[in-house]
Amino acid sequence: MSAAPLLALDAVSKRFVRRLDAAEKIVNLFGGNRREEVVHAVDNVSLQIAEGEVVGLVGESGCGKSTLGRVVAGVHAPSAGRVLWRGRDVDSLSGAERREAVLKIQMIFQDPMSSLNPRMRVRDIVGEAPRVHGLVSGGEVSDYVDRMLLRVGLDPSYKSRYPHQFSGGQRQRIGIARALAVQPDFLVCDESIAALDVSIQAQVLNLFMDLREDLGLTYLFISHDLGVVEHLADRVVIMYLGRVVESAPAAELFADPNHPYARALLEEVPRIDTRKRVFQPVKGEIPSPLSPPTGCHFHPRCPHAMPRCKEEAPALREIAPGRVSACHLNEA
Amino acid sequence: MTRETILEVQDLRTHFFTKAGVARAVDGVSFSLARGEVLGLVGESGSGKTVTGFSLMGLVDPPGRLVSGSIRLGGQELANLPEEGWRRLRGRRIAMIFQDPMMTLNPVLRIDTQMIEAIRAHAGVSREAARERAREALARVGIPSPDERLAAYPHQFSGGMRQRVAIAIALLNEPEVIVADEPTTALDVTIQAQILYEVQKLCADTGLAMIWITHDLAVVGGLADRVAVMYAGRIVEQGPVDAVLDAPFHPYTHGLIGSVPSQNRRGERLTQIPGMAPSLLSLPEGCSFAARCPRADAACTVMPDLAELEAGRFSRCHHPHRTLETARGGAA
Amino acid sequence: MASTETPAGGAVPARRAADTPFRRFLSDFTDSRLAVLAAVLLVIIIFLAFFAPWIAPQDPYDLAVVSIFDARLPPGSQSMDGVTFWLGTDGAGRDLLSAIIYGLRISLSVGVASAIIALTVGMIVGLLAAYAGGRTEGLIMRIVDIQLSLPAVLIALILLAILGKGIDKIIIALVIAQWAYYARTVRASALVERRREYVEAAACLGLSHARIVFRHILPNCIAPLIVVGTVQTAHAIALEATLSFLGVGLPQTEPSLGLLISNGFEYMLSGKYWIAVFPGVALLITIVTINIVGDQLRDVLNPRLQK
Repeated sequence: MSAAPLLALDAVSKRFVRRLDAAEKIVNLFGGNRREEVVHAVDNVSLQIAEGEVVGLVGESGCGKSTLGRVVAGVHAPSAGRVLWRGRDVDSLSGAERREAVLKIQMIFQDPMSSLNPRMRVRDIVGEAPRVHGLVSGGEVSDYVDRMLLRVGLDPSYKSRYPHQFSGGQRQRIGIARALAVQPDFLVCDESIAALDVSIQAQVLNLFMDLREDLGLTYLFISHDLGVVEHLADRVVIMYLGRVVESAPAAELFADPNHPYARALLEEVPRIDTRKRVFQPVKGEIPSPLSPPTGCHFHPRCPHAMPRCKEEAPALREIAPGRVSACHLNEA
Repeated sequence: MTRETILEVQDLRTHFFTKAGVARAVDGVSFSLARGEVLGLVGESGSGKTVTGFSLMGLVDPPGRLVSGSIRLGGQELANLPEEGWRRLRGRRIAMIFQDPMMTLNPVLRIDTQMIEAIRAHAGVSREAARERAREALARVGIPSPDERLAAYPHQFSGGMRQRVAIAIALLNEPEVIVADEPTTALDVTIQAQILYEVQKLCADTGLAMIWITHDLAVVGGLADRVAVMYAGRIVEQGPVDAVLDAPFHPYTHGLIGSVPSQNRRGERLTQIPGMAPSLLSLPEGCSFAARCPRADAACTVMPDLAELEAGRFSRCHHPHRTLETARGGAA
Repeated sequence: MASTETPAGGAVPARRAADTPFRRFLSDFTDSRLAVLAAVLLVIIIFLAFFAPWIAPQDPYDLAVVSIFDARLPPGSQSMDGVTFWLGTDGAGRDLLSAIIYGLRISLSVGVASAIIALTVGMIVGLLAAYAGGRTEGLIMRIVDIQLSLPAVLIALILLAILGKGIDKIIIALVIAQWAYYARTVRASALVERRREYVEAAACLGLSHARIVFRHILPNCIAPLIVVGTVQTAHAIALEATLSFLGVGLPQTEPSLGLLISNGFEYMLSGKYWIAVFPGVALLITIVTINIVGDQLRDVLNPRLQK
């Protein structure tokens, strides 16, 4: 890629630390052995997303995909590493430039109920930020809100209502309208359709695709649902316990996953056209992110694990153009 | 089918008498279940699938009430059973697995205490014998080192393990029927596959009959023998899994399958069902799907019957899709 | 454009148009007849207190009207001017009914004023603790803990011993004795709200901290605050009555219900029960009605009990 990517993560990590409280410190004074608990929710992740690209971020619970999304959206500050917006470190920006970078990246959340303020009417939910930031003048806010609601397929005459008066799918549309109201270039969708009914999921997915076409949006689409990601994404990134294990163009990945975890994940997704299949699950539990396994995090569950996997974490290596995977099996 | 019918449900109606009106959550549901069979009960939120499950267990609480209908378990009529009769039945002849395993598990009791109690509530066996049976049940659902795990508390288990324990508890008294209400919905893909694997093995080995309630057609495709699709409190389509998923009769089933991303060409708009499910408080006259249905016409103002269109295949529609029209609108 | 293709059905209203949060609240509140009765009674009490000068038969502080010759008359007797004292008169010859209505006015204003100030102080402190976190939160919450571990009466007694008598001083004492309840309540609910996705969304939208705290988090903490506010108002009224009864609260020139009880107490043994008992009954009814209303509010506003 010649031009700077729209968004780049440079060795980003995010740690959550649970500090000791006073009681535990006292226990330690008397010879107790209480330690601070550190979760490496995101561990040294680098990622580049080009303008107009749809990147699917896939993984199971505890893999850090939601945290990564929040780092991208600026909800969490990274513990280490840099977030670059159009080639510039977001952290180093200030004033209007920083505000610009913040507003250009918006997030669509999972829970359509808790992501809308229950005490605000729809017109305020959608209209607040553009008014505060002066994107539209006071007199035009009402029209502006109408336009945003129309764009997401909602009738503007309902804008005086409260979120609880809408169905799940409609609430998700309100959340999308709220994000669009600050004219973003980039949407982080964190499991944005997971809480919706199947028939409503399709409606919202279609809306996302329409918006991409009409507004040229770039997406980071976080989901545990591989079918959705396969349908939507140009490129897929798979995470396991805080690390990226494979990143590849969607078609290639789904045709031939490289990393053993990616393979297991793809195999175990129930598909509507596989009937009375015999489930052949990968063994073991997802380890706690509080104490991930040494070396390659996947080795205790991996059918191909070698002694080396226990000791040394594999680096991401290019296995084909535009395709990386972190597995020792690839060096042979 | 030559297998012996174990459960026969006829015209089941469970209504909720709320302040806002009568919600006909289940309104005339009939189906039967044979030994060793897995019936997938599919529907979106508000379709009545969960209330159906609770009705089969005698677990409907006020303001809900079983208004009419018949539930025959191995020849015994359950619909007008007093609470005392249900108590003797539940957990012995018919058991339930919930989406949240903590509905079954008591957080402050050890697993062995709970399991031994559950056995001794229905069978006059010694504590030692009960303990041995509990151990076997844990082993049967694939819990490693069941002896140690017996002495643990529910919070010491992961979500997937907890669900296994809940299944083990449901199996303790060797029930004839298990009602499973979205037991894998909250689990990760690899863990879901493990549970499905165990369940599949159980049904094949023991002749257990199971009703698997879910919104996920793909899971049903992989697990069930027959499927019943519910919409607004009624079964709209019923039949063998392959037939229903490959060539659905009812436009709702058709739309539901069509809206699954993998049934569409990558990156294209998904075929979607417009609109949303009607409120159970104010169901329209006639077919409740008519407002969203591309095939609706004047005939649909009269409620269609659940008609047997082919051997073992039922559909509640005036204009069913006939053969040659497959569900894969986009991909065909 | 996207909108033309998205389904029209996506815009069907999910519920009745008139279904605002307030209407829902009203419909839930009226579920309990007892609570409705208490609410009506409370409105009457507030009305009486507010319009005391126009409602009370007599101005008990107008020395031209009060006659010492009417002192300690039993309920139902008539004055020398032919006025009926329905609840009798007190030791100074004042019409007890009028004195109670005026006393209600003072008791209620002290209770409500102190509750509002304590609520405001506690709310700001609690929000600050929840949003700032870390050391600030630790420090604030330890102060709250210490405060809550001391009986409110004790704190008020000590403060009044230092400050002296007066309506402003008792309000200060009540505020200091009670702000911590509000701070704890607000912090608890703000901590929950702060983790909601709508707060993250507000951060994404580049809204300022002050706006997020006061326009987004605070309105969602109001419900528990109202519940605690109602119950604490009843507490404040009872506390003020206690202090006045003990003689450290209000001066004789501003006789609240507590002071009326205290004044009548000396006549109890001589059989002139009404001078202490009727103000006591008035106090009891006031506090009980407020508490019933508060209980119902808690049931209605508690999200865990909501259907």
